[in-house]
Amino acid sequence: MPEKPSRFRDPTKQSMLLTALYIAQEQYGYLSEEAMERTAARLGLTLKDVYSTASFYTMFRTQPLGKYVIQVCEGLSCFLVGGAERLVDYISRKLNIQPGQTTPDGLFTLQTVQCLASCGTSPTLKVNDELYEDMTPDKVDRLLDQLAGR
Amino acid sequence: MPFERILLRNVDVPNSEKIGTYLERGGYQALRKALQEYTPDELIEIVKASKLRGRGGAGFPAGLKWGFMPKGDVTKYVCVNTDEGEPGTFKDRLLVERDPHQVIEGTIIASYAVGAHRAFVYIRGEFFMGVKRWIKAIADAYDHGFLGKNILGSGFDLDLSVHRGAGAYICGEETAMLNSLEGKRGEPRLKPPFPAQVGLYGQPTLVHNVETLANVPHIVLRGPEWYASIGTEQSTGPKIFCISGHVKRRGNYELPLGTPLRKIIFEHAGGMRDDRPLKAVIPGGASTPVLTPEYLDITMDFESLAKAGSMLGTGAIIVLDESTCMVDVARRLTKFFAHESCGRCTPCRVGTQRMLEILNRIEYGQGQEGDIDLLLSLCEGIAGRTFCPMGDAAVNPTLSTIKHFRDEYEYHIKHKRCPAA
Repeated sequence: MPEKPSRFRDPTKQSMLLTALYIAQEQYGYLSEEAMERTAARLGLTLKDVYSTASFYTMFRTQPLGKYVIQVCEGLSCFLVGGAERLVDYISRKLNIQPGQTTPDGLFTLQTVQCLASCGTSPTLKVNDELYEDMTPDKVDRLLDQLAGR
Repeated sequence: MPFERILLRNVDVPNSEKIGTYLERGGYQALRKALQEYTPDELIEIVKASKLRGRGGAGFPAGLKWGFMPKGDVTKYVCVNTDEGEPGTFKDRLLVERDPHQVIEGTIIASYAVGAHRAFVYIRGEFFMGVKRWIKAIADAYDHGFLGKNILGSGFDLDLSVHRGAGAYICGEETAMLNSLEGKRGEPRLKPPFPAQVGLYGQPTLVHNVETLANVPHIVLRGPEWYASIGTEQSTGPKIFCISGHVKRRGNYELPLGTPLRKIIFEHAGGMRDDRPLKAVIPGGASTPVLTPEYLDITMDFESLAKAGSMLGTGAIIVLDESTCMVDVARRLTKFFAHESCGRCTPCRVGTQRMLEILNRIEYGQGQEGDIDLLLSLCEGIAGRTFCPMGDAAVNPTLSTIKHFRDEYEYHIKHKRCPAA
């Protein structure tokens, strides 16, 4: 039974919100209003509580994204060794999408992110949860081919 | 003689993340010693005597922090800050992925010393491997009786669990991290009260960076005198320096605090890539003011860097060669801070955006007369006027590049182009 929202939120339950949002995001693919409403009901929170938290963190998405979300690090240490926008531009041309966009087949979304804490092995990018280090255009080619199943 | 690695002693051993490897290499002996030979108060004194200082950026004395925690039967918490995100920094990820038990052991000792029975790991959402390593290591520590009820027959109980963040640099600030642990927006709280008085769920809370806690087992095992003999008078112990940018060998180097910057760059990191002249160094992560080559002989410790007008920060050294445009460096780092501003207070939220707009136009050859003064006045309106230290951090790239490289800004504005582009 879902519980009614309470003005006096249970702090322990609210602590589970980030974890619950990860689960909801995995189930729904993104945090739709329905996903957030159900999360709120399960934790005894209001939709406002849930949206307030969900909208704060960059890893929560309120729109569907591609199967593979490519996140290129924009950090200074990536830029200094040929990464950041040079890598973004390369992938952008190759997939024919701008950062923030998804390929029409729904396979790839391209995003830029802030420092991924891999500055010693930059340029760096992430695909979903996987980190890829010391990236070059050649390595990007191979990675994209592999992900596309070519 | 090369420095004996302490914090990174295990990271290159095969299967270093496994509890079996850690135990074979003497792991959890410090915990046994702490629980069997010392009272909590004695441990606090030991850490005070070691002069260990926080490795997360602020350099606050750890023993003092432990001492601030109230005594007696109050619910208290310990939080392990694995929210590493300061550009240039990649040491905590290494410690957690390759030697998580060292950090767990330090966490248990710290919890015992301050009387906490519940501890939380807060880890960056992006560190997927780190999350997995933490979860596995904690489960194994429970199986071996290092966590849970009556740890090693001492009567001390401790539960430890992992909480995954979801992408917000600001959650590395301790009070923002507490809000995030509570499931809220990761916005910093006003201090005081400090977490040692009012922290997680309103209870006294000790928050430490991963690297800080990794030092603790070694201090207990080998004694505070040994520890304090490493480094300088006021900056003791080993430090993991993260080197990135234009050097030959980037990476993590564990060296005593007080090691000269020149030695770190030209000996350990192999010198400048393609042997180009060095132009500037960011000594302690994106928040710390840049230094020029005249400072190369500075020793890397809290005091020397403060004296030079910069900070040790996280010990993340970003090396820039002569091909680098310093306006662009300021622009990129300001973009980071503008992106990561939590939005709670206006000077940081709006100020960083305005700074970024001006830096963008200067870099792209559209700078206007008076832009430098405008930047300086914005910096003045941000620093010291925000809830958390991020306001101070956000202005450092711009302030320090204007201070040392004002001519480059002037060139951009006068000639309407970037000389490096």
